[in-house]
Amino acid sequence: MIIKKNHYLFFGFIITALVLSIAIIGFFWTPNNPNAIDSSNRFASPSTKYPLGTDNFGRCILSRVVEGIGATVLVAVFTLIIGFGVGLIIGTLTGYYGGWVDELLMRSGDVVMAFPSILLALVFISITGTGRYNVIIALGVLFIPSFARVVRGEFVRIRELDFVHSAKIMGAGPLRIMLVHILPNAIPVLLRFLAIGFNNAVLAEASMSYLGLGVQPPDSSLGRLLSDSQPFLFTAPWYALSAGVAIVLLILGFSLISEGIVLPRSE
Amino acid sequence: MFAFFIGRVYHVLTRVPPYGGCEVQYEGESSKMKHARRTIVVLLCVTMLLLMVAGCNRNEPQESQTQTESPDTTEPVRDDIVIGIAQDIDVSLDPHLMTSAASRAVLFNVFEGLVKPTPEGFLAPAVASSFEISESGDTFTFTLRDNILFHNGEPVTAQDVVYSISRVSGFYNDGTALIPAFSIVESVTAEDENTIVIKTTVPNIEFLSFLTAAIIPENYDAQETAPVGTGPYMYVSRSPQENLIFEKFDDYWGDVPSITHVTYRILDNTEALMMALRSGTVDFCSHLMSSQMAELQGLGYNFEIGTMNLVQAVYLNNAVAPFDNVEVRRALAHAINRSEIMDVLADGLGVPVGSSMYPAFSKYFTAELADYYDYDPQKAKSLLSEAGYPDGFTMEIVVPSNHGPHIDTATVVVEQLREIGVTATIRLVEWSTWIDDTYRGRNFEATVVGVDASAMTARAMLERFSSTNGSNFINFSNAEYDEVFAAAISATNDEDQVLLYKELELILTQQAANLYIQDLCDIIAINEDISGFEFYPLFVEDLARLYYK
Repeated sequence: MIIKKNHYLFFGFIITALVLSIAIIGFFWTPNNPNAIDSSNRFASPSTKYPLGTDNFGRCILSRVVEGIGATVLVAVFTLIIGFGVGLIIGTLTGYYGGWVDELLMRSGDVVMAFPSILLALVFISITGTGRYNVIIALGVLFIPSFARVVRGEFVRIRELDFVHSAKIMGAGPLRIMLVHILPNAIPVLLRFLAIGFNNAVLAEASMSYLGLGVQPPDSSLGRLLSDSQPFLFTAPWYALSAGVAIVLLILGFSLISEGIVLPRSE
Repeated sequence: MFAFFIGRVYHVLTRVPPYGGCEVQYEGESSKMKHARRTIVVLLCVTMLLLMVAGCNRNEPQESQTQTESPDTTEPVRDDIVIGIAQDIDVSLDPHLMTSAASRAVLFNVFEGLVKPTPEGFLAPAVASSFEISESGDTFTFTLRDNILFHNGEPVTAQDVVYSISRVSGFYNDGTALIPAFSIVESVTAEDENTIVIKTTVPNIEFLSFLTAAIIPENYDAQETAPVGTGPYMYVSRSPQENLIFEKFDDYWGDVPSITHVTYRILDNTEALMMALRSGTVDFCSHLMSSQMAELQGLGYNFEIGTMNLVQAVYLNNAVAPFDNVEVRRALAHAINRSEIMDVLADGLGVPVGSSMYPAFSKYFTAELADYYDYDPQKAKSLLSEAGYPDGFTMEIVVPSNHGPHIDTATVVVEQLREIGVTATIRLVEWSTWIDDTYRGRNFEATVVGVDASAMTARAMLERFSSTNGSNFINFSNAEYDEVFAAAISATNDEDQVLLYKELELILTQQAANLYIQDLCDIIAINEDISGFEFYPLFVEDLARLYYK
């Protein structure tokens, strides 16, 4: 994990830092109130007051994009906390101990993964109702099996290595082996997968909001902005473009980072 | 530097695992597969570039095409019309079992009742040549038109009329009227070959407007799939989700339509609909948005701008706090800026309304009611603090997620309410959920929808607000209203009745039963060679009046 001469990581960090700092600033300050309606300035093209123009309500698109990045990133982060948190625990235990609990959990994970994840999320949302918190829960739960599987895979691989056997012989307890000996060695793989998972979460949130199930109007999120701007693709192209570029940068940054994280065994 | 960066990006893109995929797979990926993957990506990139280039050039040839077409006006006059509709009509084409407004709009051209509506909002004789209502208001006598034929060539007899009215009134099933208003029919009889008498259990002169219900032949049982009526157009064929074809009826009793062939094309995707309009393969399309109209300017269409014939409002549940307090409702009414909503939704198009009546009902509509509560946030605030809410309150607005204009309206309303300290949130629900929970279950605080009329009578709009009515989803309860309504429906004189209905409208406004907004604008694009289009006070499209210039 050396940044020097690692161009993926370098550019990934720059793009990600840029986008995330915009999102963080957006939590405290935006050029205009993202929900304020200015009906005399509808579909205004970019100007000093509205740097990215205005939408069909006369709302500042830049402010909405900034707020949207924040909303989307938050949903993605909380999705990862649920998905990765639970996935890590399940993967660690099943990977280390194996046995019938491992079989049971992994096969039920298979059942979940057999369905297209967006479809499952749709079913979940139609039962629990729309809204960003329900989307977080739905996506978080759906992300558990894939995380659990990756963590388990790493644990199964590493637990057979010599140094783990040596640690066992030296009398280390299971918890110590799991957390001190195996987990640190799995970190590069997990980090890469976390970056990819973040991208998947961003895209999933965008899809859900695009379908009208995630963040509810008048609040903004990147998917919401895309669906709002769709009818005006020809008349106000900067609207859809702003939201689209924001998604692309967010995804690209994390993709580059995940690419840049060097795995120990390929060195 | 830039080229290097692109190269890196390309490299990353070619290696990004698929959705939910696992990195481990890539370690085992053969170089052959990698090669194939790259080839595919390169191909995709090239395709995208080509598409972009094509997209940039697209406008120019199109313009020159229209230029060369316009001077060439020698082509023969067409005798067909293609109509784009955004949703397929009901599966059953039986006119007595129609449920969707789209079906009514289309089948209006195939079926007629004893009377039919006119664009001016009156009722003209159709299958009947004349009619008479008794002084007591409970006996309707119709004289059958001479030499009138069904589409299958059979003459219309008094017996067919008796059959049709009996069928709608539910005499042939368990007694449930197929159209609820017919539940008051006591008897329908043919006095002689040309005279039909309908008796009702209670006096109700408005019942006449429901006699637009289709007259169908007695000995014909395929109405569901191959409908037969007396209208200016006859049914030819149907391909579900694709099209519906009509042809003019040459033996029609009135003026035979000018256009022979009619094709309804079902284009249930906005993009597909707009593409069809842009390419000129559709001659007629209604319910467009103002932004779509702007997009179609200069492509050979004329635009007719009317209204949708519905009352859009923030409907308030009058039974839950704080909306059970009339002062709160009045305060909110002062906080709504209609012109801003109309500007945002349709560049200012639409007609403001102040009560549950829309302008096409010119006989009953009172335009002044729209100004009853002027937009005045300061006044709204002071009214609100007088009512005991100096710091405002929070509320939830339920909006059906498939109705874009209502969502946009709610978005603006939320901002307007914020100015007087009321924090409103929007909850989008599926249409079916809205029907079950909000409309039938009455489990809501506020909702933005449009309410329309199923028949050409004020009763259709105002009956629901009488306190015991089953469709009174806002739980409006007002003793005076119930009293006046009872008087209105039993009035035997049309003038008195109109006054009573106007009084009902005034009560709704004074009580601020709902935050009335507007009758949404309805934009129709018609091929500029066609004229004769007229708006009706109902949700119908009369094709028989159209002709090529």
